Amino acid sequence: MNSLRKKLDKLKPHFEEGGRFSKLRSVFEGFESFMFVPNKVTLKGSHIRDSIDLKRTMTIVIIALIPVLLFGSYNTGLQHFRSIGAEAGILKAFWFGFLRILPLIIVSYVVGLGIEFVAAQIRGHEINEGYLVTGLLIPLIMPIDIPLWMLAIAVAFAVILGKEVFGGTGMNIFNPALLARAFLFFSYPAWMTGDNVWTEGLTAGKNIIDGYSGATPLSISAAGEITRLPSFLHMFIGTIPGSIGETSTIAILIGAVILLVTGIGSWKIMVSVFAGGLGMGLLLNAVSANSYMELPFYYHFVMGGFAFGAVFMATDPVTGSQTETGKWIYGFLIGVLSIFFRVLNPAYPEGVMLAILLMNLFAPLIDYFVVQSSIKRRLKRAKIATNNFTK
Amino acid sequence: MSDQEKEPMFSAKNFKFFTAPLADNNPITVQVLGICSALAVTVKLKPAIVMALSVTIVVAVSNVVIAAMRKYIPDRIRIIVQLVVAATMVILVDQFLKAFVFDVSKQLSVFVGLIITNCILMGRLEAFAMANKPWPSFIDGLGNGAGYGLILVIVAFIRELLGSGTIYGYPVIEKLGVYKAGYENNGLIILPPMALILVGLIIWVHRSRNNSLIEK
Repeated sequence: MNSLRKKLDKLKPHFEEGGRFSKLRSVFEGFESFMFVPNKVTLKGSHIRDSIDLKRTMTIVIIALIPVLLFGSYNTGLQHFRSIGAEAGILKAFWFGFLRILPLIIVSYVVGLGIEFVAAQIRGHEINEGYLVTGLLIPLIMPIDIPLWMLAIAVAFAVILGKEVFGGTGMNIFNPALLARAFLFFSYPAWMTGDNVWTEGLTAGKNIIDGYSGATPLSISAAGEITRLPSFLHMFIGTIPGSIGETSTIAILIGAVILLVTGIGSWKIMVSVFAGGLGMGLLLNAVSANSYMELPFYYHFVMGGFAFGAVFMATDPVTGSQTETGKWIYGFLIGVLSIFFRVLNPAYPEGVMLAILLMNLFAPLIDYFVVQSSIKRRLKRAKIATNNFTK
Repeated sequence: MSDQEKEPMFSAKNFKFFTAPLADNNPITVQVLGICSALAVTVKLKPAIVMALSVTIVVAVSNVVIAAMRKYIPDRIRIIVQLVVAATMVILVDQFLKAFVFDVSKQLSVFVGLIITNCILMGRLEAFAMANKPWPSFIDGLGNGAGYGLILVIVAFIRELLGSGTIYGYPVIEKLGVYKAGYENNGLIILPPMALILVGLIIWVHRSRNNSLIEK
């Protein structure tokens, strides 16, 4: 590391103002701060600097995503071998799945970081770590069989139109990862929905054994055949077809613990999303107009992307509510709307993505009303105080 | 007044009435008018071109008529008079389309009738024809129609190529053999939201080329 530091110091003058490569300064700085803690010191005024900066925050979320990624790899292999009727050990299944997921991750990072680099160069901004988490989230919410060129277009769409047009990292209205998924969902529905896209090789029509169904619990429920659902335990562990990272509630919970212990993810949002889902689930149970509504409410937490959305998507600090009261409202409505779309909208089997994107749009409005009501309350208190004083 | 009478028909000033709406005063990208029809009729090139021609004719002719009557229209009922003239023109155009290009007329459905309420049309009648002579008004109408049509054609070209894989009905993508390589048409681009995003992208390109258009 020391020799690298020396080399970087030697190269540094070339990238400074007036140096040979001064146009590439942001690339150099990005690389330097990726390898070493930035040694920038505030020169004027008093500033408090937290050691948990953007880079550390992003790294912790990446660590929290590792259990999900590992289980996703295993499950991808498991579903594949099940579909062709072969027995496979844990390691074999894991390795098979990992090799299938790797291209998705590489495409996501190459395209996304490439655009971020170019955008930073054009604007003269520093390159920051904003894409690190998004770049891993995107493959995790994709079906395994998604063609790579579609993924590349979706990533480009999400980074350019979801993030860069608003001013880059921290300025976006919508969660870029969900935007990429929504783009594909509406652009190429044949590759994003149905029973065949969730298992490796099913769309290509490899020799599938009779009796294997690639249907996700959500599509089974939407078809009204809830007796065919996998057991709660299977869905909780995650050995079911689904998007790569969303199937295992247990792996997501490990990630949630990491986010909560380090204080990166807001516990208020996570709890309120589950509370909203619980409330809506109970309400539907009470109505019980069809077999889907009769599905026990706790099944909704382990099916589809509910847990993944609650832990990794809704807690995005940029697109969520900023005020503490706002977080409760924001999360609660995400939970309610997710189950609402799921059960009551026949067009889409899953509603978490659309619910979070919709609430992303309303988060600033929620914050506005929370701030206004707090101002009013304080004004009232101030008035009472002055009235008492004048008396 | 006499020096204005002598102005040649194709003077630089008149020419500007035509060119300004094409770029720096474009009704869609700069004034942001007529957006609804721009989103609705641009799935394919053919209806977009027919719509652009219809709007151009209606705006140009209504402009001439209103400009000719401008001194006799009482101020208090001028909007009603403008509407009567515009509605007459729209009905003529609508009947013409139904008679000669029925299939396109069906695709355009209510949007031909809705030209009456097109903000570009009412804007030009109120802002230009009421204060100018018939000839400049005619040129202004043509220019605004062309500026509207230009954006419609650009958006429709992109949407038809990426959404249906054709250009003016000709299956380009299929002939090039791109489908065999695994390419698929984009379903999102057919939906109206993507047309809005495309118009937004055109505005982005336009303003980054001409910085004076950026609002402070």
